[in-house]
Amino acid sequence: MNLWIAQILAVVRLEWRKTFFSKRGIWIYALALMPVVLFVGHSISALNHPGRDADFGEETNIFAGIFQVFYLRLCVFFGCVGIFMNLIRGEMLDRSLHFYFLAPIRRDVLMAGKFLAGLLAATVIFGLSTALQFIANYWYFDSQQLREFVVRGDAVHHFLAYIGVTILACVGYGSIFLAAGVLTRNPIIPAAVILVWEAINPFLPGFLQTVSVIYYLKSLCPVEVPPQLPPPFSLIAVNPDPASPIVAIPGLLLLSVVVVIWAGRKIRHLEINYSAE
Amino acid sequence: MNVPSIIFENVSKFYGDVLGVNRVNLAIPPGITSLVGPNGSGKTTLMNLMTGLIQPTRGRVRVLGLSPDEPEEFFREVGYCTQFDTFPKGFTGYQFVHSYLRLYGCPSKEAEALTWRAIERVGIVDAAHRKIAGYSKGMRQRIKLAQATCHSPSVLVLDEPLNGLDPLVRAETIALFKQFAQEGMHVIISSHILHEVDAISDQVILLSNGYVIAEGQIRGVREEIEEHPMQILIRCNKPGELAAKMFQQEHVVEARLHKDGGGLLIKTRKPDKFYLMLNKIALNGIGIESVAPADDDVNSLYEYLIGGEETSQ
Repeated sequence: MNLWIAQILAVVRLEWRKTFFSKRGIWIYALALMPVVLFVGHSISALNHPGRDADFGEETNIFAGIFQVFYLRLCVFFGCVGIFMNLIRGEMLDRSLHFYFLAPIRRDVLMAGKFLAGLLAATVIFGLSTALQFIANYWYFDSQQLREFVVRGDAVHHFLAYIGVTILACVGYGSIFLAAGVLTRNPIIPAAVILVWEAINPFLPGFLQTVSVIYYLKSLCPVEVPPQLPPPFSLIAVNPDPASPIVAIPGLLLLSVVVVIWAGRKIRHLEINYSAE
Repeated sequence: MNVPSIIFENVSKFYGDVLGVNRVNLAIPPGITSLVGPNGSGKTTLMNLMTGLIQPTRGRVRVLGLSPDEPEEFFREVGYCTQFDTFPKGFTGYQFVHSYLRLYGCPSKEAEALTWRAIERVGIVDAAHRKIAGYSKGMRQRIKLAQATCHSPSVLVLDEPLNGLDPLVRAETIALFKQFAQEGMHVIISSHILHEVDAISDQVILLSNGYVIAEGQIRGVREEIEEHPMQILIRCNKPGELAAKMFQQEHVVEARLHKDGGGLLIKTRKPDKFYLMLNKIALNGIGIESVAPADDDVNSLYEYLIGGEETSQ
């Protein structure tokens, strides 16, 4: 076990540099920055209209809508496509995966190390983005209102809940796209299939709803998306039968562990055939 | 005696409909073994099968009794310097070897010591902290070799390891391979530079179109090729007289004066009989300076067995 931990840490050390500083990953930073820019723009606009009432309830709903419909489903989703699919498939394209396969490390241990390295990167990038969005959204309120929101309101609870949901989104989507990187050559196909699957989630039978990431994430969000959102967003965001946190958190983690283990078994049979890439 | 070996048991590999290697049965002993054959003959496929980078469609490969399916034990015994000229991005030579050793679970200090030992052995200490992307082809070959040997494996698999090396480094590298073999290591080399293979190999495996067409010690393989009589060059003081005596022998099919006039090139179907006869001739007044086989090298084997398909480079 100690050897596995040492090996996993060695993989994480090797990977984090590649994941954080790869030129190929610049667009992931752009994805994470996009909603921050949106909220900063929103706050600047509010500051330029001093007569406008600052309404915490409205801002909270706006944040919930953008977080669920735009940030989780597009930014975090495609960010995870970029980070996690690159861990195996990117090395195939770079023709450097064989270095891992020629080391005395079990391939499932390698997968665990790669997953943790990807998770570290995704969590830092998108967790930080969530925090900045949250701050930017309420930035234009005056200090007295903000103090009230933090001390007596839901600020801390919401902040921690959104950070937690972001991390769980990285865990869930990360595990799926890591597995997809082992199974498929073209990231577009699994990304498109899973995007559609996640979008139709509210319309699926109860059991199938649980075989998705967004079902658990929606259930864990501290604020439901307001019904006044225009279709199709309101349809996508609706959560008729939310899971309780006691079910949602272990459920999502279990789903992710199963997917990573399954990918670990699949990678045992993966062959190095760069000419086919 | 049960000598640990590299065993291929009826191994076949197909890439879809394309044949990689077919029905390969081999037992490779310690020492330097060269895989020889034209491009596409299956050399790299055999090496990749040996190290688990690809899996056999049929059959089984064992290296020192281990399977690549057990990487934790297997890759402590095996090092593979592949033909792929690619590296993890942004790494220096030192980082490349060191990080690989950390995957073994080596503590940092121990990995550091092993890294420097491997880098010193291949002679690129000065460039160790430079990015690999700025290395010459020869330096890249050497850092790969350092990485493949940093953990002191018992089996070293080298796919075209001399490519890109200048003559001096080439000679040093060959000496290193010989040293490894003397230490009891299995060294498996694929190369298309036949005179170098000839100089370093204890045994050869000749491949053509995915089949093993000959294997064993070079001389032993040569003796089994009956359709090409053995060529022997005799340096002597009276080559004309020697030629006349040779023609009287039934097993001698050709005797030709050497172009410098100081020797005779014989072709015989029975080298054993020839050597016996030569002893008698030497006692009868012809001064023989040297006798040496002229075609029991890899080049000749290649030409006789594979020759028509692709000329050696």
